[in-house]
Amino acid sequence: MCRSTKYQDKLRFLLLFSRQGKLRLQKWFVPTSDRERKKVIRDMIMLVLPRQPRTCNFLQWKDLKIVYKRYASLYFCAGLEEQDNELLALEVLHRYVELLDKYFGNVCELDIIFNFEKAYFILDEFLMGGEVLETSKFAVNVSMEQADTLQEVTQHFHHSFILHSLTLCLSVPLCVF
Amino acid sequence: MSDVVEKTLTALPSLLSLDSQPGSAKLSSNSKLGNLIRGITELTSKHEEEKLIQRELLLIKEQVSSPNTTMRQMKELMVRAIYCEMLGYGVSFSYIHAIKLAQQGNVLEKRVGYLAVSLFLNESHELLLLLVNTVLKDLQSTNLIEVCMALTVVSQMFPKDMIPAILPLVEEKLNHPKEIIRRKAVLALYKFYLIAPNQVQHIHNKFRKALCDKDPGVMSASLHIYLQLIQENPEGYKDLAPSFVTILKQVVGGKLPMDFNYHSVPAPWLQIHLLRILSFLGKNDQSTSEIMYEILDESLRRAEMNHNITYAILYECVKCIYTIHPKSDLLEKAAKCIGNFVLSPKINLKYLGLKALTYVVQQDPKLALQHQMTIIECLDHPDLIIKRETLELLFRITNDQNVTVIVEKMLDFLRISEDDHTTIDLVGKVAELAEKYAPDNEWFIDTMNTVFSLGGDLLQPDIPNSFLKLLSEGFDSVEEDKKLRLFAVNSYISLLQRDASKLPQRFLQVICWVLGEYSHLREDLEPDVIVRLLAKLLDMKSSSSETKCWVLMAMTKLCPGGAALALVHNVSETYSSSLDTMLRQRAQELEILSQDSELQAKVLPRSASMEPVEVDSSLSFLDGFVSEALAAGAAPYKPPHQRQEELSRSKALNLEPYGLSLPISMSSCSITDRQSPTLLSISSGLSGDSTDFSHKGSSTVLKLDGVKRLWGRDGYLAQKEPTEEAPRIEAASPVRSADQLGNNNSQTPTPTPTPECDQEKQQLASSLFVGLASQSSICLMGKSDQPSQRFRRKTKASGSSEQITNPLVFPSDGSDNLLYKNLLDSPDLDGSPPEQTPGLDAPNGACDAEEESTDADMKEIKTPPIRDEHVTAEASPHHDPDRSKDPSLTSHLPAELSALPHSKTTTLFSKQNLDVSACHVQKEDSVVLVVFISNCSDSFLQQIRLQVDSEELEVSCVSDSPSEELKSHSVAVCQYFLTVKRPSVHFDLSATVSWQPPAGSPLTTQFSYRLPLTAFIRALRLSTEEYGAKWLAFSHDTKQNLTLIQGGRDPLAATLDVLKRKLQLHVVEVIGVEAIVACCLQQDQPCLMHCRMHAGMLAVWLRSPVPDLPDCLLYCCQRALQEL
Repeated sequence: MCRSTKYQDKLRFLLLFSRQGKLRLQKWFVPTSDRERKKVIRDMIMLVLPRQPRTCNFLQWKDLKIVYKRYASLYFCAGLEEQDNELLALEVLHRYVELLDKYFGNVCELDIIFNFEKAYFILDEFLMGGEVLETSKFAVNVSMEQADTLQEVTQHFHHSFILHSLTLCLSVPLCVF
Repeated sequence: MSDVVEKTLTALPSLLSLDSQPGSAKLSSNSKLGNLIRGITELTSKHEEEKLIQRELLLIKEQVSSPNTTMRQMKELMVRAIYCEMLGYGVSFSYIHAIKLAQQGNVLEKRVGYLAVSLFLNESHELLLLLVNTVLKDLQSTNLIEVCMALTVVSQMFPKDMIPAILPLVEEKLNHPKEIIRRKAVLALYKFYLIAPNQVQHIHNKFRKALCDKDPGVMSASLHIYLQLIQENPEGYKDLAPSFVTILKQVVGGKLPMDFNYHSVPAPWLQIHLLRILSFLGKNDQSTSEIMYEILDESLRRAEMNHNITYAILYECVKCIYTIHPKSDLLEKAAKCIGNFVLSPKINLKYLGLKALTYVVQQDPKLALQHQMTIIECLDHPDLIIKRETLELLFRITNDQNVTVIVEKMLDFLRISEDDHTTIDLVGKVAELAEKYAPDNEWFIDTMNTVFSLGGDLLQPDIPNSFLKLLSEGFDSVEEDKKLRLFAVNSYISLLQRDASKLPQRFLQVICWVLGEYSHLREDLEPDVIVRLLAKLLDMKSSSSETKCWVLMAMTKLCPGGAALALVHNVSETYSSSLDTMLRQRAQELEILSQDSELQAKVLPRSASMEPVEVDSSLSFLDGFVSEALAAGAAPYKPPHQRQEELSRSKALNLEPYGLSLPISMSSCSITDRQSPTLLSISSGLSGDSTDFSHKGSSTVLKLDGVKRLWGRDGYLAQKEPTEEAPRIEAASPVRSADQLGNNNSQTPTPTPTPECDQEKQQLASSLFVGLASQSSICLMGKSDQPSQRFRRKTKASGSSEQITNPLVFPSDGSDNLLYKNLLDSPDLDGSPPEQTPGLDAPNGACDAEEESTDADMKEIKTPPIRDEHVTAEASPHHDPDRSKDPSLTSHLPAELSALPHSKTTTLFSKQNLDVSACHVQKEDSVVLVVFISNCSDSFLQQIRLQVDSEELEVSCVSDSPSEELKSHSVAVCQYFLTVKRPSVHFDLSATVSWQPPAGSPLTTQFSYRLPLTAFIRALRLSTEEYGAKWLAFSHDTKQNLTLIQGGRDPLAATLDVLKRKLQLHVVEVIGVEAIVACCLQQDQPCLMHCRMHAGMLAVWLRSPVPDLPDCLLYCCQRALQEL
């Protein structure tokens, strides 16, 4: 009976896409079929991109609540269940951006494009099955670095060359602290 | 800003292409992914991108399958494959390689492999099985990173069936020295709990250990599990409430390490988890709530309004305060807090404030009154989501006084909404409000018209259904009914006279039905006119064939004369050659009935539209036809599930049997349901009868249970508004809200409205919030779970709650129950013990108890026991003592048990002047063993002790061991509650009695008593639907053929009768040669039985959630049938 008002403090999915509607990262926390995935991605981009600035960061889509936030050129967009706390989800997004920032140092969209696997690793440390696993910035970094120290120093930040030649929005830091 | 972006983007390809010039050649060769991404950016069309990616994929495919590819290259390839997949291209060829990479790579390669697997595969993907071994290996690795990776992937996706394989290893990790491993292990177990709760049941105590972990991270991870567990069973964790409160206190007090701070708020996620847990624990529980008040107060106080995250915490806090047992000053603070949310200029907070308000107004409608001006502003907010949320709030505060305004607002929103989901949802809400609170006929019909036209064909089908039901059933006053119907007819005629082609199909169908039924109420209008209007619908291109059927049916009912008859004839001719069978059938009916008005009047009696039709769901009227067909050699009909069952018997797989069964569930068919009558006619295969039947179905009201009825008899009486009240509120509320605004003006830069606009809003406010003040007397302290009592009031009692539950009388523990004055006054004055029949001593007697406790005894005793029995015994003092003993001992039964069925009293042993007998009494919910210890001697017996034990039964003593001493010729009565630990065919009780005769040493004797399973079986009353649902849910089953009781006309009925009588089974339904039967073992352990007559045998199939129960019950059935 309690199941009707079930709290599953859980994201259904997390999408990162650019202002041009290019998907940059996708994570599905509940099993979703390929078709459904494509539909959600399409719908999210269509719903979120036309939103005016200074409107609500929450949207209703089917039976889901959509929480999105724009950081520079990138939109972070999460789907959660109706009873969840939208404000909290917004902070989950923000915390993720902070973590990316901490790891990449002034993270920008290009970092995520070229190092998307790292972005996924950080996400995996931060959220486990859609639940917030690690809330401390410090700890996520430690476990990331642990893994990184093992990594040969190849192709580290290979986008940096682009950064030199471009002073464009893709390299605008996602968040300014 | 956006300009800059556009410019840079157009510049991007050229800039990127610079890099492929010689200077950056080194870099691009280094990074193939870089190349790919650059390549894509350069392209201008989707088509080119597709070509490029296809080329890339071919390349990747070639390389991954090459044996020379190193793992390092593989990792790089995998990253590229992930990228392509993100762009929406299929990379299924690489799945297996991702698994290989996770298996064989070094740590870093493995990591990418796991990532690829988790991104590519679904939980149910079969390839995941190949990952199990890798995970197993990595869980045992000494490398922490490998363990971490394995745990991460496990918590993301793992085949459910494989959980047992890794569970011990994950469990082990709970004791790992590294906290990050412990934390991940806890979350992995949480994941297991979500997908397969019974697999982790045994480690619940380990969760407690995790809760007490010294690392706050592990503790906070364990809260995920606790939140889930407590949500499912709050009662089981009440003892933890103080601990959770203490943890929250520490967190709020800033006792956690700084690491856990988020924007200087201590562990917000943890706080929110705890608040949610507390709200579950405190719900409807005053004493638990009381220990939380202090910390909730502190949380409210500590949370400074400076950051989103504190608002998130406050929101949870407010929700918690309104969920647990209320405390007035906390409620006040929470209300103020909501005020801050709602009045905030930040739109996100406003939204959350509205959401909180929506949650809270169910308990305290007054709160909405306080914020009425804000709510009205939100109603005009440019952001639709705010508007939508406001409507949600208004929906909760609707009453019969403000319904028109609120519904108008909702309809306004519906007109601009483009989202299907929102439309469906809102339309349903409007219809609900309209039915509940409609002030008058015109408004109701108009609103429903708008609902039908706006909702279009997205509408849930129950909305038109209940609308038509309402029209046809009517209310108390015939006059009122007539007015409503007439109004509907008028409104529909005028709709049809305009352009009907824009109307949705569903609406047209409603119109057809209403015109067919009630247009005769318009006496001034010839049926011809209506028929012409309807005929126009047939010619419309947009009309679906379903709608056309409705049109034809309406025409059939109208029975026109004169000119329209030719038209009707034309129509029926046109459609009687239609390809649609339904349409053809309707056309035929129309043809025949329009020519024979006598028949038409008989088939479609006008006045009978309100009389319920008895539906013969067993289709017994077809019996003759069926037997004829059978005699002619037709194969007997088998319902689908039986066919399936037989099919599955021949093959190996057992398919779900009840998925399609119970074919005709009448409660799901409704007046407007075009399908059901046809289904019936198809399954019966007899069209003549069924057309008749379907007519009845459409023109009159089926007697249906389970269809919700919202429109109460008093729906129309609400017109008399409490006029004295309204003005008072109108006067009071704006002032109040102005106050409110004034108080908070400092922080709300709300645009000051112009005076007229202001007035308008206040007017709106008074119309929106009217009636709330009077309603607000709903006391907070005694808040009920039902949010709105008004809704309840109007529902008609369905009269099906005839079930009378016997109040359970628990034996009072007064000593008079323990020791009964010996009513027998044993006639054997010589004091010698009653003679024993040989073979009645202990061991054999036990057997007797079982065998003789058939229902014959039970029934006999169901009549109140004859109190005078002992008189007869007295009157014939030289009666056989064994015979007289039974009824007389029965009279010693405690009063509250004496009226219940009990078994024959059996003498268990008789020795040394002490006589021990026993019987068991079947109470509604339990079985009570009653032991009679009679002292047959002339002297006192002392220190009598009785102990009863059993392996299969839980024995709890109701009345304690008999007193220390037993007077001569008196009887001591002991009662024991018996509950079944695990099912068995018989339950053996072993007992020890010890006593001390006046002269001599203490004596001890053992004896045993045996109860049959049937003593614990009770009838389980449920409906066929419930049965069907349960059947699928139960896992333990058994099947066997039993002998049918032959003789008599109906062997199935006879057999069922015996089972019903002897085992107290409840026959749920008999469908032809099949029957479904239900019973339960002491109330909470159901067992379902499905019987089918087959080849002279009764094939039974039992299912239960309790292991062994089906087998044991089957044995009992066998015995019961053999004993005849």
